[in-house]
Amino acid sequence: MNELLLVVTIAGERVALPAAAVESVVELDTLIPVPRAAPHVAGLSALRSRVLTVIDCMRSLELGHTNCSDGIREAAVVELDGHHYALIVDLVEDVVEELSAPAPVRAAMGTGWERVSQGMVETEGGPLLLVDVAALIAGVETKAA
Amino acid sequence: MDDLIADFVAECREMLEALGGEIVAWEAEPHDRARLDSIFRFVHTVKGNCGFFDFPRLEALSHAAEDALADVRAGRRQADGALVSAVLAVIDRIGEMVAAIEAGEDFPGGDDSALIASLEPGVEAAAAPAVATTHDGSGRASSAPRTIRLSVELLDRVMSTVSDMVLARNELARRLRESASDVPVDGAFERLSSIIAEMRDAITRTRMQRIENLFVALPRMVRDLSTELGKQVLVDIEGGDVELDREMIEMIRDPLTHIIRNAVDHGIEKPADRLAAGKREIGVLAVSARQSGNQILIDIHDDGRGIDGQKLVDKAVANGVIGKDEAAQLSHRDQLALIFEAGLSTAAQVTAISGRGVGMDVVRSNIERIGGIVEVDSKLGEGTRMTLRVPLTLTIIPALTVSIAGQHFAIPRSAIEEIVRANGESVTLEHLGGAGIATIRGRRVPEVSLATILGLKSQVEANDRTLIVLRPAGGDVYALSVDRIHDHEELVVKPAAPAVMATGLYAGTTLADDGSPILLMDPAGIAEVGGVKLETQERTARIAESPTAAASRAAPVLLFRGLEGGRRALRLAVVDRIEEVPAAAVREAAGQLRVQLGEAILPLAGAAGVDLGTDKVRLFRLNDGTNEIGYAFAEVIDFAAIESDVIHAELPGEVSGVSLINGEPAELVDAHWLFASHVGAAVRAREELVCRMPLEDPWMQNMLRPIVEAAGYRVIGEGSEADADLIIATQGAELPKDGSSSTIWLRADPEAAGKKDESIYRYDRAGLLMALKSVAGRKGK
Repeated sequence: MNELLLVVTIAGERVALPAAAVESVVELDTLIPVPRAAPHVAGLSALRSRVLTVIDCMRSLELGHTNCSDGIREAAVVELDGHHYALIVDLVEDVVEELSAPAPVRAAMGTGWERVSQGMVETEGGPLLLVDVAALIAGVETKAA
Repeated sequence: MDDLIADFVAECREMLEALGGEIVAWEAEPHDRARLDSIFRFVHTVKGNCGFFDFPRLEALSHAAEDALADVRAGRRQADGALVSAVLAVIDRIGEMVAAIEAGEDFPGGDDSALIASLEPGVEAAAAPAVATTHDGSGRASSAPRTIRLSVELLDRVMSTVSDMVLARNELARRLRESASDVPVDGAFERLSSIIAEMRDAITRTRMQRIENLFVALPRMVRDLSTELGKQVLVDIEGGDVELDREMIEMIRDPLTHIIRNAVDHGIEKPADRLAAGKREIGVLAVSARQSGNQILIDIHDDGRGIDGQKLVDKAVANGVIGKDEAAQLSHRDQLALIFEAGLSTAAQVTAISGRGVGMDVVRSNIERIGGIVEVDSKLGEGTRMTLRVPLTLTIIPALTVSIAGQHFAIPRSAIEEIVRANGESVTLEHLGGAGIATIRGRRVPEVSLATILGLKSQVEANDRTLIVLRPAGGDVYALSVDRIHDHEELVVKPAAPAVMATGLYAGTTLADDGSPILLMDPAGIAEVGGVKLETQERTARIAESPTAAASRAAPVLLFRGLEGGRRALRLAVVDRIEEVPAAAVREAAGQLRVQLGEAILPLAGAAGVDLGTDKVRLFRLNDGTNEIGYAFAEVIDFAAIESDVIHAELPGEVSGVSLINGEPAELVDAHWLFASHVGAAVRAREELVCRMPLEDPWMQNMLRPIVEAAGYRVIGEGSEADADLIIATQGAELPKDGSSSTIWLRADPEAAGKKDESIYRYDRAGLLMALKSVAGRKGK
């Protein structure tokens, strides 16, 4: 069976996250900031009894930042190395089936997108960029180091 | 059947683990019946189960061991070294076989008959194998608490459910508060709350394990190693009751084992070498665990030959690990730290135990992987100390919650030395070149503002903040200013995501009772980010201390509330420490109230005519250098200072006067009177003599005053209006005419200026005392 993809909108762009990596989609309300942490770490939030590290995807992609002050944000919860992260996205759209293996994108993308890209996948709704969750979480800093 | 076998294997493993220490103890004390019994019980259990499961080899082994031990139990045979070794060998073989059963493999090859034969008594007539099994297995249950085996995942799931339950309870509490309250509902809710709290407590502890489980195998391991190497080693284990997360215990098992092997192999010398070096022939290996801040410290200390730092450096240079120039600049500590570099070992020859140079670097990387540190300290010829510091993540730690600009943070309570208000009397805040220095009761400590470190805008003025004096593990004190202090809480700390840990400021995250995440601060990290130099601190602090103390005319006092409710102050110098005793420790004996403090019984003041209740009583332990008395009080208010504007009491008594402290009147407790009336009945009642002296002179205040007070005078300053019986002044000073007083003149020069000079040299103690006495004698009549 083909992989399932979660289609989300980040910075106005429709992209795909591997659905297997996403545990749930939540609505974040309270956000506890983490002073001195990397800028793309928007803060901490609690999902039931777990602490989520909230990642601002716009920041991570160097595309500005999400305004978190206006209350509820949608986020995709993923687990990486035993830690739980919530990726803030503009909108969670749908789950679709992957129709092709990821192929390299040969056109030039923005540097942020370039860094998190795992290639282009075909879906019923047309081609989508497959995003590497780990790279999204790592953000700019680790890449530069 | 498989389930039964799994149970059998599990039971065997548990017993084997517990047995490790017992066997060694038994060897040291072969007549110890209790140890013998527990070993016997083990082989007996194995034998019984084997018959059931059809493991003939296991059965033969355990049967033979049982027979031999039964003989010892019945007194037919003495436990000797040979027997102990043989029993050990059998138990090891049983362990191997149990492991094989567990793994579903065939038994390791080999013949057991040699092992069985070794159990036979050497020269004794072959005793009849008296299997008079009057011993049944009933004693088994008493040896260890009943246990079952659960997977950690299941525990995790239960724990997270319980946490959710707590959150749901909190939500319910909020709703209940909002709606009109109904007493029966509230009552039921209260009960539910306490049950949930209890359950949460219990379930959190299921993940915790006493570190004893790790330590219990050590004596056996050291025994085997030292026997093999022809050394004598005594193992001293402490702190087995420290609790650590189960997984953490597994993670430190190998590193700890390795360090101990190293200590026995390389550290501790052979008995002959030890004697030659002037040491006892038995080496001591001390292993201890304790909790310090947000870390667990495990110390492994041996009194062996130590590590030769220079040798390590030479080797490191030879192996190309470091350059020659670099090597010359290494401190002793850095030299020792080379032991953790890959490919270095000072052992002259490679042994089977350790010394292949592939050890310490692995130890370090394993410990670092779980966020810990290994430290080494060694004195050549005296021994080596290895310290493992492992984090407390996933363990419960008591913490203090504080807030900055409305956001809450937690600080591990164990790192907190004290908490003071920045605008308190005994605290001053200064800024030197942008760096904050807090002076707390004469001690200078670096001050950092948590708001500045975190880059948050604090709405609270610097002077209205609270200072938390922190002592990070292994570091020195500094003060952290925070906006507000909230609560003491027990927090379950979880590791934070790498992006959060990268700041170096946090030790982990945790959930508050209302379900919101809280960051747990790392005191050492704050100091580092805040630029506090921890190592050089203590020395400068000490230097700062003495001039401050000497320059201050104000006498430091402890402000407290007495049991009868009065606001009182007591000179700090006479307070030894604060104790808390059950009310039952206070009783009337030999005509006065006395309190029992450990071994000592002290007279108790401050509690006369007050009902102590049944609860705890807090008291100051006062010390005048030779005698001690207790002084009961209700609560400490603050540390403060009094200037000399004291309004003295008319009559001598418990209270010598009243003064304004922190803007409010407080009674000054007369420590001298307390001692006089509570210690020794021979103190005669007499009118107190008053001595006036220039108290702004530090020498008078600090050197002379105690002598004068000891002679029974009450000392007042020059500004005081009270009538003085005696005036002490420096020669040449101008005095107001006061015909009624005697005057003692003091001179700085040892030689008198002439025959008419009646002054006394300031260090002529005998002369001074004589003069004080003669004045007292005249007045006494």
